[in-house]
Amino acid sequence: MSEKKNERVGVYVCHCGSNIAGVVDVVDVAKWAQEKLGPQGVIIAREYKFMCSSLGQELIQKDIKELGLTRIVVAACSPHLHEKTFRTAAKNAGLNPYLVELASIREQVSWVHTDKAVATAKSKAVVSGAVSRVIENVALDEIKVPINPNTLIVGGGIAGIQSALEIANAGFHVYLVEREPSIGGHMAQFDKTFPTLDCSACILTPRMVEAGTHPNITLLTWSEVVKVTGFVGNFNVTIKKKARFVNEELCTGCGICQEKCPKKVIDEVYEAGLGYRKAVYTPFAQAVPNFPVMDKENCTYFIKGTCKACEKFCPTGAIDFKQEDQLINIDVGNIVLATGYDLFDARRVSNYGYGRLPNVFTSLEFERLSNAAGPTSGNIVLRDGKTAPKSVGIIHCVGSRDKNFNNYCSVICCMQGLKFAHLVHERTGATVYNFYIDMRTAYKAYDEFYQRVLEEGTLFVRGKVAEVTNAARYESEKGKLVIQVEDTLVGKQRRIPVDMVILSSGLQPRHDAKEVGKLFGISCSMDGWFTEKHPKLDPVATMTEGIYIVGCAQGPKDIPSSVAQGAAASARVLDKILQKEVALEPIKASVDQEMCSGCRICNGLCPFNAITFLEDRMVTEINPALCQGCGTCVAACPAGAISGTGFSNEQIIAQIDGLLLRNLEIQEAVPA
Amino acid sequence: MNKYLFYPGCSMESSGRAYGDSIRAIVEPLDLSFEEIDDWNCCGATEYLGINLIPAYSLIARNLALAAKQMNGTHTVVAPCSACYLNLAKADYYMQERPSLGVKVNEALAAGDLQYKPGTLDVRHLIDILVYDVGLEKIRSKVVRPLHGLKVVPYMGCMLPRPDYQHRWSDHEHPTELDDLLRALGADVIDYPLTSECCGGHMTQIGPETAFELIRRLVADADERGAHLMATVCPMCQMNIDAYQNEMNHYFGTDYHMPVLFFTQLMGLAFGSQPEELGIGVELVSSRNAMANIGVEVPVTQEPAAPRKKDEGLPMPRRWTKHEGKEAVK
Amino acid sequence: MTDKIFEPTIIGFTCNWCSYRASDLAGTARMKYAPNVRLIRMMCSGRLDPTFVLRALSGGADGVMITGCHPGECHYIEQNYKALRRFLLLRRVLAGLGIEPERVKLVWASAAEGARFASETTAFVEEIRKLGPLNWGKPVAQLENLQEEISKLEEVSA
Repeated sequence: MSEKKNERVGVYVCHCGSNIAGVVDVVDVAKWAQEKLGPQGVIIAREYKFMCSSLGQELIQKDIKELGLTRIVVAACSPHLHEKTFRTAAKNAGLNPYLVELASIREQVSWVHTDKAVATAKSKAVVSGAVSRVIENVALDEIKVPINPNTLIVGGGIAGIQSALEIANAGFHVYLVEREPSIGGHMAQFDKTFPTLDCSACILTPRMVEAGTHPNITLLTWSEVVKVTGFVGNFNVTIKKKARFVNEELCTGCGICQEKCPKKVIDEVYEAGLGYRKAVYTPFAQAVPNFPVMDKENCTYFIKGTCKACEKFCPTGAIDFKQEDQLINIDVGNIVLATGYDLFDARRVSNYGYGRLPNVFTSLEFERLSNAAGPTSGNIVLRDGKTAPKSVGIIHCVGSRDKNFNNYCSVICCMQGLKFAHLVHERTGATVYNFYIDMRTAYKAYDEFYQRVLEEGTLFVRGKVAEVTNAARYESEKGKLVIQVEDTLVGKQRRIPVDMVILSSGLQPRHDAKEVGKLFGISCSMDGWFTEKHPKLDPVATMTEGIYIVGCAQGPKDIPSSVAQGAAASARVLDKILQKEVALEPIKASVDQEMCSGCRICNGLCPFNAITFLEDRMVTEINPALCQGCGTCVAACPAGAISGTGFSNEQIIAQIDGLLLRNLEIQEAVPA
Repeated sequence: MNKYLFYPGCSMESSGRAYGDSIRAIVEPLDLSFEEIDDWNCCGATEYLGINLIPAYSLIARNLALAAKQMNGTHTVVAPCSACYLNLAKADYYMQERPSLGVKVNEALAAGDLQYKPGTLDVRHLIDILVYDVGLEKIRSKVVRPLHGLKVVPYMGCMLPRPDYQHRWSDHEHPTELDDLLRALGADVIDYPLTSECCGGHMTQIGPETAFELIRRLVADADERGAHLMATVCPMCQMNIDAYQNEMNHYFGTDYHMPVLFFTQLMGLAFGSQPEELGIGVELVSSRNAMANIGVEVPVTQEPAAPRKKDEGLPMPRRWTKHEGKEAVK
Repeated sequence: MTDKIFEPTIIGFTCNWCSYRASDLAGTARMKYAPNVRLIRMMCSGRLDPTFVLRALSGGADGVMITGCHPGECHYIEQNYKALRRFLLLRRVLAGLGIEPERVKLVWASAAEGARFASETTAFVEEIRKLGPLNWGKPVAQLENLQEEISKLEEVSA
């Protein structure tokens, strides 16, 4: 243990109303701290109802000024809540903020223990540990690094586009990277959007065009991020721009290549497997950018070496079979992830027969059917492409709210199911049944939409559908799809024959969400959605500074919420950019080169490449800009040559001794 | 040579004799060695478990104990009857899941100088080892008389896909193992939605009306889909649909004539055995007409060439079968 | 003395990103667990110097609980693997010193696993209770006969 330091410590124990005081005897703890820890350096110990209030903070500030305190311990709630509050208060009173320590006696004591005596004793130990530790604290200054004003947005759906436009309109540059040939995302596939029944493409395409032509937005479609290094304000990103085999400088978007291409394949992405596209294609007519893309796996030239019809007919000679993937390297200050969702694979619910029974459709398939630009020109027909259904069953919660598949609610499927019901009524006059568990129509004008659909004559059956089958039991069922369901409001099993079944499939995280998360250094929740910093108060930030998550990448949500999140992330990003520099926590490791023996044990330990070995001097050096402060090298050094600020060996050892009340023993054991 | 311990079950020698005969016929071509468990006893079928669990499981576990003793380079027990298979699998599973049951059953077994440690044996159904161990490729290679033109409905029955403790089956509502196997024999397999629906089981004795309705549903649907015959994996199902079809017809005033055979009989036929060797002809609802479809050399039906004009219908999503290794997009 | 139930003292090391947040979550959700653990917050489980564990045990702790992010989810990418390596070696060292290696436990808990944090803590306390007090760091002065023993050993014949 280091030599006795002469610090003047102030201890403040918070009641937090009755949250702490109801279980812990805070008065006793304060008294004990003053008495028992006095010899260690505690000059004053107070208790107060709400330390985080302005009055509470003023208490501390007054004591700093009047009593000349050099260290502060606040025994209250978790440091994750108010560490910044008290550090700022100390700073404003002239004390270095890193000389303040928080001891949590709420989340870790009063809220989780019931025996008052035990909780009070534990609180004393916790305070003792904090006092011992804070004495070893050193004054530190925040490190300021400049922020690169460029921003990277990954994902060109509605959330990503919104985010991009907000930042670009503020005058800063944005790189918008999209994996598919065009931006637009899932919203481009829809027909109408609830509850207004706006045509989806009509409200989306103006935004797409704005993003495509904005001087501050660089659109990188048919591209993927492959590497990310750096930290907030200073990210370096490598993007792979996949070969389109079309020269963007020469292409005019005339579409002749598409017309002339003889190879037709099923469009699994945009048409949801219901329509066709050519081997060289733009996904839809309003694609932004309008440059086509060649599907190497299906193109006759790449398979057999023949054809080349597109090249022959292209008026500007824009087809370039020799084009290669490009690697682009950019520097950005902030990154927004707007990667969206995947649709739940309804084939997994085998009792609904999707994939086996022709007239069972998923929600995206139905959107394409109903869309005027879709494979059936907006006619709602059965799988034969001709017959209009006379009765339709819409099943909610397919793959959602289901322990066998995804336990969560996918938020939009009820409204989607109602929307489908309305469209089917409008276009075909068929009888429509909606099978639901609960009706989740929460936001503005949503419940009114539900009532409207009710009044239109849709039949609602409350029950989870057991089976969709084509095994007819009675004459009336022959040639139809039979929905077997328990109608819970009536209390009977029902078999309802329909012509067509639409499955309101749930939303899932992208199949590669975990890999993408690892690439950017953020984590995914148990369900696979990206993890936000705080589910209530900080839904767009992540634990990694400078990386934001918006839209369905963060969790299933509707379009207005995605747009709002996109704009929210932009506000955060602009806030950082406008401050011109970001303050980094000064928790860094550094090597005392006098003590370094050049054993290089630490060299292989840093995932951020902050540790380098200086060959000429045979010692190791740590780059404070790259160091993230994990402390692994500090722990590894056998000579103790590496020290870590903020969590130094002296601090932690002092805290261990303090928690075990050894500081008292040692004081008491002073020989007479 | 794939070695297995074999548990025939009571029906193999009586009502399901055709099953036993046909199994013997296919064992050699597929290089299988079935060693019958010495001194095996009845598995207790379904009723005993409803009366008293401990003696019921002890009865079943005796077979497992004997098999474990006999274990000879293999620890897999194969049962061709679905009920026997399920009973053996359940006994092994529950003795592990519920240690007190395991202890009591072993106490009972001890009276006969036997012991069984749950988890020692792997209990599998015949069709499971044919599809997953022997493999469809090998089966296909042994087919000398493909069953082209024979429209078969694959009926798995309810006991195989559920409950699936060891996750052996491709799906719990629409398993495809039997479909794939019959396809490998060259038959025209009909997509049958009722493949895992109940055949009535012992309701034929206890509550015939219920059983007849269940049998009617199966037969009516197969008939509607134009099947020549049904193929099954369980002697109970075969007996119900076969032996009770006449009464069912009486009861409903229908006139169905749907033969139902064991899948191994079809395998034997495809491998070149004679119908007599396989017990074909022994069934009550005669399969003569159905077999006439292939008894004479039927030329291989050729797929018509795809028309130049594309059909206007909308494309179907890809089929997903666990067996063929295509994993559904999660 | 014999009637009093032994209450172990355990020091817990948590990482700022996952396991400390898990303990926060346990608190917010008011999940109750055994009060014998006193927590120390570090930035990462990789910061754990094995000497801290020895310091804790020799200082009066009966057990040490080390917690961190699940492998693959470390905020600093892979530093929890280093913690794992050190933990395994540390157990061997403790065994060599004659201390039950079970007195040190490693628990991975993600920020969402408040319940797990609470249940693992309570379970560990019971395990240590069964092992009994460690009694390592008792100051020499308190063991009366030892003073005499040492004197005898140090005696050098004239």
